[in-house]
Amino acid sequence: MNGVHDMGGMQDMGTIVHEQREPAFHAPWEGRVYAMSRVLRARGGKWNLDAFRHGIELLPPADYLRMSYYERWFAWILGKLVATGDVTQAEIDAGHPAPGSPAATPFVTRQTVAAMVAKRAPSRRDVPAVAHFKAGQRIRARNIHPPGHTRLPRYVRGKAGVIVRDRGVFLFPDTNAHDLGEKPQHMYSVRFSARDLWGNQASPRDFIHLDMWDDYLERI
Amino acid sequence: MDQSKPDPVDRRGFLKGAAASAAAMVTKPQGAGAQDPAPHEHQVVPSDVTLRVKAIESLLVDKGLVDRAALDVIVETFETKIGPRNGARIVARAWVDPAYKTRLLSDATAAIAELGFDSHQGEEMVVLENAPKVHNLVVCTLCSCYPWPVLGLPPVWYKSAAYRSRAVIDPRGTLKEFGLELNDDVEVRVWDSTAEIRYLVLPERPSGTDHLSEEALAALVTRNSMIGTAKVSLTAAGDGA
Repeated sequence: MNGVHDMGGMQDMGTIVHEQREPAFHAPWEGRVYAMSRVLRARGGKWNLDAFRHGIELLPPADYLRMSYYERWFAWILGKLVATGDVTQAEIDAGHPAPGSPAATPFVTRQTVAAMVAKRAPSRRDVPAVAHFKAGQRIRARNIHPPGHTRLPRYVRGKAGVIVRDRGVFLFPDTNAHDLGEKPQHMYSVRFSARDLWGNQASPRDFIHLDMWDDYLERI
Repeated sequence: MDQSKPDPVDRRGFLKGAAASAAAMVTKPQGAGAQDPAPHEHQVVPSDVTLRVKAIESLLVDKGLVDRAALDVIVETFETKIGPRNGARIVARAWVDPAYKTRLLSDATAAIAELGFDSHQGEEMVVLENAPKVHNLVVCTLCSCYPWPVLGLPPVWYKSAAYRSRAVIDPRGTLKEFGLELNDDVEVRVWDSTAEIRYLVLPERPSGTDHLSEEALAALVTRNSMIGTAKVSLTAAGDGA
């Protein structure tokens, strides 16, 4: 989706403000939102990481830019809870469960939370898949504009680069985000010259590396 | 098309509507500034968002969807256990132990797991070695991908529109904003975290540190030096900045 989240190369987005001794959370509510998102996402399925990222991308652009980071996460939680039917809008408005609504059992509890925090959630898949490209090969990022979730930023589409390394087989976020299957395929580290991306204003000694799936690439 | 599968466009439309109404529920124009990194500790009256989050947490607890004690543990873990001091230990170990450094550069995921840092968002680690003529810089232009187990949660600037937009089109200008000016003959490699590979920069060991212990070295390593927006120096003590 050509959304406002796809920011690489945009200009005049302000100065970079960095803070000394920055805390993990700037206010208690941020920590609660982070933690709620972790336990809800731990359920997997429609709560998977790619679906989460896409949910944030679907926020209206003006809201996306105005909101703080964890406000976006909070908005995603609310939207997702209603979309999945876990909670109704009426319950959110009222602040308590509807009378007679069934009580669930928390997926993550005090007893299991340490295991959840320590658990890896790999997206590498141990399945056979044909690698369509190989290290050292010059390729072009396809000029495509998927209307849904994608991890192919606009700023490389149509540009030529070089495969540096085949990283192996990984699930494909463009389908996984939409609950349309994992479509496992090879994923590569691809190197682009900054001059190929941005023209002569870029330094000839600058290079941009992206991780890119087979479906994002074409032969030159 | 398989008719049993719901049309993704319809679903997207539905989710988009849900996202829009959720956004309306969350934000008021006076909400916490999007790019405002100032601590909110002086706030006396609970903010609108504080109350809304409390209300939703209570609702989810009442619905049996969330265990409040589990949330407490997660917050505490990221406030006290998982943070840039983990990454600093890895860097210091690599500086003093050449065999460890070799393992770290060839299979970072396994080498980092040796020190016990192998949880979510560290499943596929790659370590990038800085050298006198090569400087690495990590960004996530699409969202905020970041190696949680070794660096904790990302700082506000890493998630900001300013950094995400500029790091790929003007890396040298971006570094100048952090006070780091590179010579023209240094190659800059920007790593846009577009997949599930998570990157940790191995900064150069500063000269004049031969006498320091591994622990003392780790204390010099800053968060920014492991993202690539700073070098490690003897003057700036590692404070997570």
